[in-house]
Amino acid sequence: MKKPLALAALLCCLNVAAQEAKPLAEDPVVEQRLVNIATELRCLVCQNESLAGSQADLAKDLRREVRDLIKEGKTDTEVKDFLVSRYGDFVLYRPQVKPQTYLLWAGPFILLLVGIGALVAYLRKRERQVADTPLSEEERQRAEALLKENQS
Amino acid sequence: MNKFLLPLGIFIVLVALLAVGLNLNPREVPSPLIGKPAPDFSVPRLHAADQSFSPKEMLGKVWLFNVWASWCVSCREEHPLLVEFGKTGTVPIVGLNYKDKREDGQRWLARFGDPYLLSAYDADGRVGINYGVYGVPETYLIDKQGVIRFKQIGPITPEVLQNKIIPLAQELNK
Repeated sequence: MKKPLALAALLCCLNVAAQEAKPLAEDPVVEQRLVNIATELRCLVCQNESLAGSQADLAKDLRREVRDLIKEGKTDTEVKDFLVSRYGDFVLYRPQVKPQTYLLWAGPFILLLVGIGALVAYLRKRERQVADTPLSEEERQRAEALLKENQS
Repeated sequence: MNKFLLPLGIFIVLVALLAVGLNLNPREVPSPLIGKPAPDFSVPRLHAADQSFSPKEMLGKVWLFNVWASWCVSCREEHPLLVEFGKTGTVPIVGLNYKDKREDGQRWLARFGDPYLLSAYDADGRVGINYGVYGVPETYLIDKQGVIRFKQIGPITPEVLQNKIIPLAQELNK
């Protein structure tokens, strides 16, 4: 009867010792994933900070929530969807590709194409103008005279 | 003449875009919860720790769900308006005491008036997260089917109450 008790006491002490030695981050894998996800998310209280870097109360709560979701075995996408469904697309620093954001993603390329188009049109127009400028009779005679002068 | 017209036009458009953009309030993030069912929860009541509250109890009624805290300065600013509005009995108001100490919340209501049918007690802010709360006070108008129809971020102003909440509540109550 005494032996199990002693063993229990010993285990208990061991447990205490182990807890004291626990690192700050409970589970490094979970913490690493938390940081990875949280740097992609916006803190809504201080809008130019990421969720990972913010010390706002809400950010702490949301990190706790994300940590719990990770521990439940949710994927990164599921965690982000959880927050988007509550706080909207605004929490994402990297907007999702979907019909509402097509213009956002394609916009710069559309502008680039428009720019190239305008440049090409301008160059063609200039070329045509140069080619289409005929010499007047007077100018032709002068040019001929100059050329002759050179030959002799 | 034409040479200057085009850059001038572009400049005016740019100024107009900036004028609109700079006058938007970046804190007003459109809530994805509008038109969605109000998230369910069950938490103790502020004044009766042994009793719980769930939004399901309010099904069949149009009601206002107001998130508040005793530490929240804007809540104090908003509170007299809610007390007045509560007296009109247009819609029941349920409070959510958010991340507060129980005694502080109770004392606050005793001091400034209690417009709430009851206040739910969200000690760790989990209910708040499910409702997308990021700046207290926030207020939700929920219809008879339990769908969120309107959300006010920050204190309710008399204008918002008169022009948005009351007309919408009356329409939903028909």
